[in-house]
Amino acid sequence: MSTVRLEDKLGQGWKKPPFVKRAGLRWALIIGFVAYLIAAVLTIEVDWGRVYVGLDRGWQFILSFTRPDFVSRWSDIWEGLLESIMMTVAASVVGIAISIPIGLGAARNIAPLPVYVVCRGIVAISRALQEIIVAILLVAIFGFGPLAGFLTLSFATIGFLSKLLAEDIEAMDRVQAEAIKASGARWMQWINYGVQPQVMPRLVGLSMYRIDINFRESAILGLVGAGGIGATLNTAFDRYEYDTAAAILILIIGIVMGLEYLSGVIRAKVQ
Amino acid sequence: MPVLEKEGAQVWRRRTTGEGMVRWFGWLIGVAVFVVCWQQISAATTWFFVWDAPRIANDIWTRATPPKWEYITQLGRPIWDTLNIATLGTLIALCLAVPVAFLAARNTTPSALFVRPIALLIIVSTRSINSLIWALLLIAIIGPGVFAGVVAIAIRSIGFCAKLLYEAIEEIDTTQVEAITATGASRWQVMAYGIVPQILPAFAGIAVFRWDINIRESTVLGLVGAGGIGLQLSSSLNVLAWPQVSLILVVILFAVVISEWVSAKVRGAII
Repeated sequence: MSTVRLEDKLGQGWKKPPFVKRAGLRWALIIGFVAYLIAAVLTIEVDWGRVYVGLDRGWQFILSFTRPDFVSRWSDIWEGLLESIMMTVAASVVGIAISIPIGLGAARNIAPLPVYVVCRGIVAISRALQEIIVAILLVAIFGFGPLAGFLTLSFATIGFLSKLLAEDIEAMDRVQAEAIKASGARWMQWINYGVQPQVMPRLVGLSMYRIDINFRESAILGLVGAGGIGATLNTAFDRYEYDTAAAILILIIGIVMGLEYLSGVIRAKVQ
Repeated sequence: MPVLEKEGAQVWRRRTTGEGMVRWFGWLIGVAVFVVCWQQISAATTWFFVWDAPRIANDIWTRATPPKWEYITQLGRPIWDTLNIATLGTLIALCLAVPVAFLAARNTTPSALFVRPIALLIIVSTRSINSLIWALLLIAIIGPGVFAGVVAIAIRSIGFCAKLLYEAIEEIDTTQVEAITATGASRWQVMAYGIVPQILPAFAGIAVFRWDINIRESTVLGLVGAGGIGLQLSSSLNVLAWPQVSLILVVILFAVVISEWVSAKVRGAII
């Protein structure tokens, strides 16, 4: 970096330094981005007439939030919601239970290389596949119903939790783990007293966050037949019963907010 | 320190008897809830299909391999649409998320009593509903097509971007803001020279991160009719053209890996 002398700068106006330093690269990025934007906007076909017609329906939908109808389809809503919650609970428990050993295996400072490679492979596969695509395949294989949704959510939980747990283990303090090892602990004791207390707060926080995500995801799995509230919601939209749809959406938002609040309380307590 | 008196000697324990009992009951209730959930799921499952699953999976695998490579000529346009949905959706979301984030952050909000709760409500409600549900809703309102997908992705991303952004705004260094204020800068100048430069790296990181997520989400939006490669996926699934399905899945996987790579590179360059 060349030194800038104060005398050269005196009397000149000051300008904000640009975000990208190299001028050529900056202009190339800007021009390329603008060209892409023009191309992208030009290729999107919007039927403004249809949009205009739909605005009225959109307004109806927004209005229906002021008078959501919980009553007339309550048994359907209740059934779907209960199924979503059950899928969430079961999948979170199984997913977390499986992702702990995989997370241990995917941490380079604990696991030997072959185990590490296998566990990282599982994590990569699970993260690369979208929940809804996994759900489609599992519904094709296991048939309709909450079992496919349960398996999908468990599978997705493994990728998410194992990766973050492994990263946390890799970033842990070696000194404490070594102290336990020096006291003559077996491998299990070493994990239990040297590693686990260090990663536990983060594991609890991440698990709560994942339960939250699992519930949100379980709301859409019904669209492809994997059980939960999604099927009810889809039917409500198809029949233009916006007040029922609004009721379901309000319930989902309420439960998600509740879960978020709960996870905030638990995380604050653990840390 | 909890200790146990045993034959006159004190033995160290991790928890007192009361703590141990509370924990034990907690586990008991947790296990009971899990068992109940599992029973409900299992009652809603046709177990015959599950026992038959290995054969079905094998059958699908033989049908799906090898992928129908020549079908890729028809996938160019859907991939372009998917890219556009993700990019334009992210851009619109960022434009809307910035004001919401400034209104939601404790240190920049004009009124903590009235404006902040509204901004937080926008963040929570857009965040807790999946983009597929937004797409379902928008298709009913403005008709199927790429435009509905763009708007769905945009709405879904507002909450996410605004939440991360307002947390970044709340964590800024106040001394810099004070220095700018001390020069006699107006409210907007303080924002432009004191706050914005501090959150710009976070903003760029969030934008790229969300773009990466949006690429994943836009690949499946077509399942409900909102354009992109999901449209091809759903029509191939409907006619049970498994070789096409497997090719589309390979393409989606490829797109996800590339977008993750791009986002990791860009974030690495910024931070």
